[in-house]
Amino acid sequence: MTSATDDELAFRLELEGITKIYPSVIANEDVSLKVREGEIHAVLGENGAGKSTLMKMIYGVAKPDAGQMKWQGEVVHVENPAHARSLGIGMVFQHFSLFETLNVVENVALALPGNPDLKELAEQITEVSNRYGLPVDPQRLVHALSVGERQRVEIIRCLLQNPKLLIMDEPTSVLTPQAVRKLFDTLRQLAAEGCSILYISHKLDEIQELCHVATVLRDGKVTGDCIPSQETPKSMASLMIGKELPVPEHNAPVELGEVRLQLNGLSKKSDDPFGSNLQDIELEVRSGEILGIAGVSGNGQQELLYALSGEKPVAEADAVVICGKPSGRDLPDRRRRNGMGFVPEERLGRGAVPRMSLTENALLTAHNAGMLKHGMIQFDKIAQFARKCIEAYNVKCGGEEHAANSLSGGNLQKFIMGREILLAPKLLVVAQPTWGVDVGAAAFIRQALIDLRNEGTAILVISEELEELFEISDRIAVIANGRLSPAKKLADTNIDEIGVWMSGMWEQPAPAEVQAHA
Amino acid sequence: MDIFSSILFATIVAGTPLIIVALGQLIAEKSGVLNLGAEGMMAMGAIAGFAVTLHSGNAWLGVLAGMAAGAAMSLIFAVVVLTLMGNQVASGLALSILGVGLSAFIGKPYESDILPTVGALRIPLLADIPIIGAPLFNQQALVYFSWLLFGGIVWFLYRSRSGLILRAVGESPASAHSIGYQAIKIRYLATLFGGAMAGIGGAFLSVFYTPLWVEGMVSGRGWIAIALVVFATWRPFRVLVGAYLFGGVMVAQLFVQGSGLGINIPSQFLSALPYLATIIVLVIISRDQNTVRLNAPVSLGQPFRPEA
Amino acid sequence: MLRLERRAEASQTMSYASPLIAILLMLIGGLLLFTLLGKNPVEGFKVFFINPISDLYGWSELFLKATPLMLCAIGLAVGFRANVWNIGAEGQLIVGAVAASAVALYFYESEGGAHVLILMVIAGCIGGMLWAAIPAFLKTRFNTNEILVSLMLVYVAQLLVSWLVHGPMMDPDGFNFPQSRLFEDSALLPILIEGTRLNIAFTFAVGALLVGYVFMFRSFAGFQMQVAGYAKDAARYAGFSAKRMIWIGLMSGGAMAGLAGMSEVAGPMGQITDHVSNNYGFAAIIVAFVARLNPVGIFFASLLMALLYLGGEQAQQYLNLPSSISNVFQGMLLMFLLGSDVFINYRIRWKEATA
Repeated sequence: MTSATDDELAFRLELEGITKIYPSVIANEDVSLKVREGEIHAVLGENGAGKSTLMKMIYGVAKPDAGQMKWQGEVVHVENPAHARSLGIGMVFQHFSLFETLNVVENVALALPGNPDLKELAEQITEVSNRYGLPVDPQRLVHALSVGERQRVEIIRCLLQNPKLLIMDEPTSVLTPQAVRKLFDTLRQLAAEGCSILYISHKLDEIQELCHVATVLRDGKVTGDCIPSQETPKSMASLMIGKELPVPEHNAPVELGEVRLQLNGLSKKSDDPFGSNLQDIELEVRSGEILGIAGVSGNGQQELLYALSGEKPVAEADAVVICGKPSGRDLPDRRRRNGMGFVPEERLGRGAVPRMSLTENALLTAHNAGMLKHGMIQFDKIAQFARKCIEAYNVKCGGEEHAANSLSGGNLQKFIMGREILLAPKLLVVAQPTWGVDVGAAAFIRQALIDLRNEGTAILVISEELEELFEISDRIAVIANGRLSPAKKLADTNIDEIGVWMSGMWEQPAPAEVQAHA
Repeated sequence: MDIFSSILFATIVAGTPLIIVALGQLIAEKSGVLNLGAEGMMAMGAIAGFAVTLHSGNAWLGVLAGMAAGAAMSLIFAVVVLTLMGNQVASGLALSILGVGLSAFIGKPYESDILPTVGALRIPLLADIPIIGAPLFNQQALVYFSWLLFGGIVWFLYRSRSGLILRAVGESPASAHSIGYQAIKIRYLATLFGGAMAGIGGAFLSVFYTPLWVEGMVSGRGWIAIALVVFATWRPFRVLVGAYLFGGVMVAQLFVQGSGLGINIPSQFLSALPYLATIIVLVIISRDQNTVRLNAPVSLGQPFRPEA
Repeated sequence: MLRLERRAEASQTMSYASPLIAILLMLIGGLLLFTLLGKNPVEGFKVFFINPISDLYGWSELFLKATPLMLCAIGLAVGFRANVWNIGAEGQLIVGAVAASAVALYFYESEGGAHVLILMVIAGCIGGMLWAAIPAFLKTRFNTNEILVSLMLVYVAQLLVSWLVHGPMMDPDGFNFPQSRLFEDSALLPILIEGTRLNIAFTFAVGALLVGYVFMFRSFAGFQMQVAGYAKDAARYAGFSAKRMIWIGLMSGGAMAGLAGMSEVAGPMGQITDHVSNNYGFAAIIVAFVARLNPVGIFFASLLMALLYLGGEQAQQYLNLPSSISNVFQGMLLMFLLGSDVFINYRIRWKEATA
């Protein structure tokens, strides 16, 4: 790796004392940061550490309350994204800023100044995509593209403006391990051509592999700068979270019990015109095991979860068997009575009602547990249940009468998880258990899942975080294009194999060979 | 004119206000704003158009006044839903109630007045084509305006950069904001355009169509226009076709009654046809949720506020 | 520069204060309106808001006018809490009135008894429910927008009643006026206070508010509807049946509106005409919103709205203003309310424009 930190290279971007205050939280406090030409500079921090806010200010989406920004030595006030782009700053967003009903060229045109001719633009797109190894068809509608392709569109959109600084916000969270490597090649090529890159991530191994320099943020403040290649993941983690990274205890396998969830050739057409259709899914989860389902987002996870939870029942009762009962046609309420618990991906608005109190939110799924009398709510009982849940799952909140949307993501997730677990499910289905949750809460939640498995509950976890699945699962399967791979025991597989499977290629005989060069 | 020509003529006239209003709403909805206040905006456009025409003697000043009144009403709505983030459904209802009430209030003194009939604008040569010439090309000027509006909107939406931006905002104001477009400003403009068109549609009724003012004279046309946009699945051409279909249903009663076929249907039943037809087309189109979902502006009815 | 800034948690205080702010703004708007029209605003205010309730009879008229509003609003509020937007209460009221009138006319010149009124109540409710069942069925079966369908049916209901009073229900001895015979005493609701027109329907309305209160705040079904209103996906996640809520929402609205229609024809009108409703179905929407969909609020908001009706009549009589001025006040009130609701979740901050 060439060192880009030589002192003779000029600073492209300098932030000095940047502060941004939102009504309830200080997002950034006195943040300073310098990026040289051709440098890949990591900004490392947990969810909620203030990384995204900082980037939005550089890109002109938000404005700092204090501090200044220098661009190539000159003080600038970035007025808006168009201004940022004219300076040579491009940004690839974590949640893409693409328009699904428009095609690729139109999407690119929207970010360019003036009124570009769409035909010429399509040619330019093809040219750039060939040069940087980012294949994409300019005429396709964005909703028909995979997540990886969408990211390429975002990158191409930036590259067409010859950026001097490219901001990448958590770019790998949506990619397979193989795609991550390809992306890194592209980024290295760009850096070698002199483009600076600000790389936002909370993934330590990636930063070590890719970045020249790292700035670490915690609670909105800079807690240190480092050269990742000279650090260990442990030392960076302690900079990032202020303590050692907790690792959950995974006990020896428990003896497997009865089958609690069985999918028999589950097929379902997606309601979402842009969604994936489920095809012939076979699956079995037994008491005392955690089955993890990996996959790149948008490959049928939503549809599978809807079919499992009963939010969108399927036509054949036999396709979904819960604790021995054919349940395909049942609504969630009936499935819960049969012993299923479910923690959805969206906490606010699905797992909990934002404006309602924790007590009322407890009632949402706990109403079968003796909380009703002649159709009337027994408020004292339900408040008691909520308090128990808050206590047992260490939910930090002002009390059970506070609204769900006053809790942090991690605490609300603990509450929802606690509510479902306290109902003593025989089968628990969990989606993205630790998405957007701080490290402490994430460890707590993973431990809770493992404990529950040790007590004999069957658990199905659907997650886009491979590391997490490898940490907690007993067996692991992959969903791609609405089809489900066979499940493998954790000991019999590895991240690389699962990565290849994530692109839908589990029928190929020897994944090891495909990976030989990587 | 023979019977066919008369039916065609009347159908086009009856369909014209629907086209103008529905196309205006189409633009507002494409930006993600659902304004259920069309009925109220039309009512205000109708009374403003009528009053100004009566006092000035100039129908075109009346149309301008109607347009301004409609736009002013939509501005109230826009402030409430775009700046103050009020619920779009409730605010639209409120605008309808306010507009219908205010127009009745303002219009009370005008209830006995009648405007002189405005002559048709005859397009030479074309109007001489047999059968269809007169109904199509010897029409009120606003009829031609509705066609120009249609052409302009098709070009705007699918050929111009501004139209592309409008569609982008309607799909995801947050994304549009993050790449630097002022989503709120664009929604304001689209809402005001919708209001202005509703105002013109209202003025057409009171200045050219009837031409008089009666309380409640819009009689649901604003709501039908909104239904028409859904029925058209947000496509201008289908708005045009749909509006003429409704125009046909609205004039049906005149011809059934006057046909001398000896049919004696209570007039109320025939008057109810447009409303029943609206329900029927809504049912037909809603059965196919995929088409609706594919074409509906994704952010329709959802508030947006950029974090600054 | 004034800026809106999001509050950390929604303000309970503001959610109660906002309707009061809206009422205040409406009054200010009214004073401006009177001034603009060249009327003495103080005089106008007095005629509009004080005169109608300056004696016992005035108060009884206020409660009489508030009765259909309370009935319609409580029925609508049940649905609105679950985002079931029935805005066709006006039509449901008319059909309820038609059905009740049919019963009254059927028993015309027969031996009257309590059964006539009881049957009229039942018929009124069923009539309103039938009319509301159309959007409910189309919504649950075909996903058809209930706003547009229920509204279209208002126009159809108006035409229906117009046809009936011009035809089958027309008073044979009525010189072709579009109205029915006057109902017999057995088909009229008993008067509550001697010398006034206030009748027993008012107690129906208060009863409906009480039942509504228990349903909304104590019953699990009411809770389910509130969940659906706040977060549709959460209701589906919990397994609450969306179809059931649509039916409950529209049926409660239809039944109560139908009862309101019955209470009009069997109360102050004593017959059916083609002006059976005085826009009560639409005004009730405003009542429901101003009341925050809360039964206690509906009681007071209905009185306020009734006062606007009476004030409009007074303004017509003494200020020579069209009575539709009431609708202007009503529209203003709702607009101001929706606008000032922003302060529930936001506050205004003075912020220096940053360079």
